[in-house]
Amino acid sequence: MSRPRPEPMQVVKQRRDAALTALVDSVPYIRFLDISFDRRGDELTGQLNFDQKLIGNPYLPAIHGGVTAAFLEVTAVMTLNWLHLWPKIEAGELDPSEMAAGKLPRQPKTIDFTVDYLRSGLPRDAYARATVARSGRRFASVRVEAWQDHKDKLFAQATGHFLMPQGGEKNDANTS
Amino acid sequence: MGDKTQLARQFIQAIPHAQELGLVLTEIGDGMAKITMPYDTKLIGDPKTGVIHGGAVSALMDTCCGAAVMSHPLAPGGTATIDLRIDYMRAATPGQTITTKATCHHISRNVAFVRAVAVDDDAERPVATASGAFSVEAGF
Repeated sequence: MSRPRPEPMQVVKQRRDAALTALVDSVPYIRFLDISFDRRGDELTGQLNFDQKLIGNPYLPAIHGGVTAAFLEVTAVMTLNWLHLWPKIEAGELDPSEMAAGKLPRQPKTIDFTVDYLRSGLPRDAYARATVARSGRRFASVRVEAWQDHKDKLFAQATGHFLMPQGGEKNDANTS
Repeated sequence: MGDKTQLARQFIQAIPHAQELGLVLTEIGDGMAKITMPYDTKLIGDPKTGVIHGGAVSALMDTCCGAAVMSHPLAPGGTATIDLRIDYMRAATPGQTITTKATCHHISRNVAFVRAVAVDDDAERPVATASGAFSVEAGF
């Protein structure tokens, strides 16, 4: 009994990266804030690429608290959606090229989001990683942490609850 | 108090990110602020429906809450967000301006407590509500 031969690395990588790119590029607001995602297997790290337009207090200067909240929320939704879609991408139910063409499954919706501001956001890049604490049929609970220079010195953390896309497999990838 | 309102108004209008979002401060004074955010396709969070991303609503709420704190008669200067919770009741209708009203309902030497509501053209059904704690700073 031999196990099936593993797919070539490039095939696996290309499929996963193309699917992630399709998801990220489909959201104008993610482009507006210039947030990119780094992938290690199924783990994502969000990167908020600094720009002057993200400043909230020009005297300090510091990143706008609303931008920090948005960055954490974008990372939370993307991580949750990614983990939710991962099995379908791997099973071939979702085709990355069709996703890139706009055939995207519905995303989770934010129910509530609570941000703790621990330090002021410095005028430089920021990073965030989310942990899906629980993902059920209807609801999911996600924690996010964000840092800049030191991974163990968080400048913000957040918790959010999300409503998962409803309506089963058939409607999941509708193209309306 | 007129000076404080003027100062808070200038501060809000000098925020680069507020300008980027097209925020307009329509009312301010005595711990209350109203800010509008026009619909813009660059803020879309759901490409299928054209609904604005929750993050943009967060940025609007945060700015409005900060403005309310700064306009409070007992606030000596600027403020920073300590914590902010946002509840999303429904998707904002695509194409419509979002209006937020924030009220600083309690302020102490170090902390200000704020509540806010966001609505679109249907002002009877809130899009989102927020509540937060903000620091009370001596200067800006």
